[in-house]
Amino acid sequence: MKKTLGRIYILIIMLFLYLPILTLIVLSFNDVKSMSVWGGFSLHWYAELFQSRLMMGAIVNTFSIAILAALIATIVGTLAVLGMASMKPRTQNVLLGFNNIPMLNADIVTGIALMLFFLMIKAPRGYMTILFSHATFCIPYVILSVRPRVNKNTDRLYEAALDLGATEKYAFRKIVLPELKPGIMSGFLLSFTMSVDDFIITYFTRGAGINTISTLIYSEVKIGIRPSLFALSTIIFVVALAVLLIANIRQDKANNLKDARAA
Amino acid sequence: MTANKKSYSIPFILWIIAGTVIPLASIAYYGFTSREGGFTFANIAAMFRGDHMQALGLSLSLALISTAICLVLAFPMAMILRESKYGKQGFLIFVIILPMWMNFLLRTMAWQVLLERQGVINAIITAIGLPRQEMMNTPGAIVLGMVYDFLPFMILPIYNTVSKIDNHLIEAAYDLGATKGKVYTRVILPLSVPGIVSGITMVFIPALTTFVISNMLGGGKINLIGNIIEQEFTVNSNWYLGSGLSLVMMVFIIFSMLMLQKFDKTGGANLI
Repeated sequence: MKKTLGRIYILIIMLFLYLPILTLIVLSFNDVKSMSVWGGFSLHWYAELFQSRLMMGAIVNTFSIAILAALIATIVGTLAVLGMASMKPRTQNVLLGFNNIPMLNADIVTGIALMLFFLMIKAPRGYMTILFSHATFCIPYVILSVRPRVNKNTDRLYEAALDLGATEKYAFRKIVLPELKPGIMSGFLLSFTMSVDDFIITYFTRGAGINTISTLIYSEVKIGIRPSLFALSTIIFVVALAVLLIANIRQDKANNLKDARAA
Repeated sequence: MTANKKSYSIPFILWIIAGTVIPLASIAYYGFTSREGGFTFANIAAMFRGDHMQALGLSLSLALISTAICLVLAFPMAMILRESKYGKQGFLIFVIILPMWMNFLLRTMAWQVLLERQGVINAIITAIGLPRQEMMNTPGAIVLGMVYDFLPFMILPIYNTVSKIDNHLIEAAYDLGATKGKVYTRVILPLSVPGIVSGITMVFIPALTTFVISNMLGGGKINLIGNIIEQEFTVNSNWYLGSGLSLVMMVFIIFSMLMLQKFDKTGGANLI
């Protein structure tokens, strides 16, 4: 009885989460521009999407900004963690407090604050201001994922390597970096996804004439929903599904390998 | 590590100053400055104007309702997840995370497609002979959009904490004669407070400050406080007033977070 109830509940939540997405996918293949009438199968909304230079430009912007912002955030954040390791706990806590601000603040406040900053220093708003803003909200996530990897043991091993005649660079590459690597990787990936997904901060820090996928969707939806947006939804959904599936399979494989080694 | 390593943090510190401290200070500056350039409280006091108060009240109530619905939907889901077998658990978490990877504007648009006058739900309703319903541009549509967009952010943190509850504690409670209800209210619920608190934070703040969901599902006719602030910056170009209102909204957020922290003795360590 309890099991059946649980299954029904899962089913209801799944329907709630996926029926809207499924509707978009079905409508993306609809020949006519209607949300309620089926006019036969067609791919021409996909053709319209790929022919839109605005959309292609937005896709390029979205991913180049995400990669660059994640790279900058990973470098600045990782260096910050290394530097903080040799500071007093009090100073560390103050810095971490500031680090938390962009994460706890509402996106609209972060966006407006950055916009006012760019206006004050008279920076022309465009690609660079979006990139700066994205790196700003990504750095905290890198710090939070890398920091737990730094511990006393890393310090001791590093000192030992130096005592045994390793150069600082060599000891850093062979001891510190491998220890931090999982944190650095997850910080980078987290930053990348946060950047791709962002709308609100981009909306306030972009200038006229530059779009990411999110801002373009917003301006198009305001004019009127076109089925090419359904095609875009379908593509994003399929890509997300593929990426998550691959990540899961790789994770499973890694876990199996670990189990095998442990046994 | 050696002392000069401290300098590694310099880019980060500069970034905090340029990206967080100065921008927030400029909100405060504009918030207390009049259009003519003098000091004023008028932008702050503007929150008490009738239309602004109405928007803030509506934002608060819609955000509270959505957060409550998310909590009620998420808790049983987290418990079911906790009790499912390892493989099924992985699959269910995958299914909950996947929609989060789709752009939230597109997910909100999906509800527009469903609720529209000429939309999918109305097509089904009229096909079975019922009268057409006006569902768009209502507070209900906005709440639905909020719940849909933010539900995973409630499920995941609660699942994270309930999955860590030691089974022995629950068994011990039963052994000592607790009823099922008692086990839930005296053991499971208190232990899941940190997850509930971070779930509430992750749903309530974006719901309170959104202007996108209300714009897309409210048809521009329903103004939340986020819409008012956004319009001051993008349409009216009155940064002074927009900054003043943002400051008041920030105070609201900080106040509600402090209230929440009181319940969570781990001090927000589970926020992420």
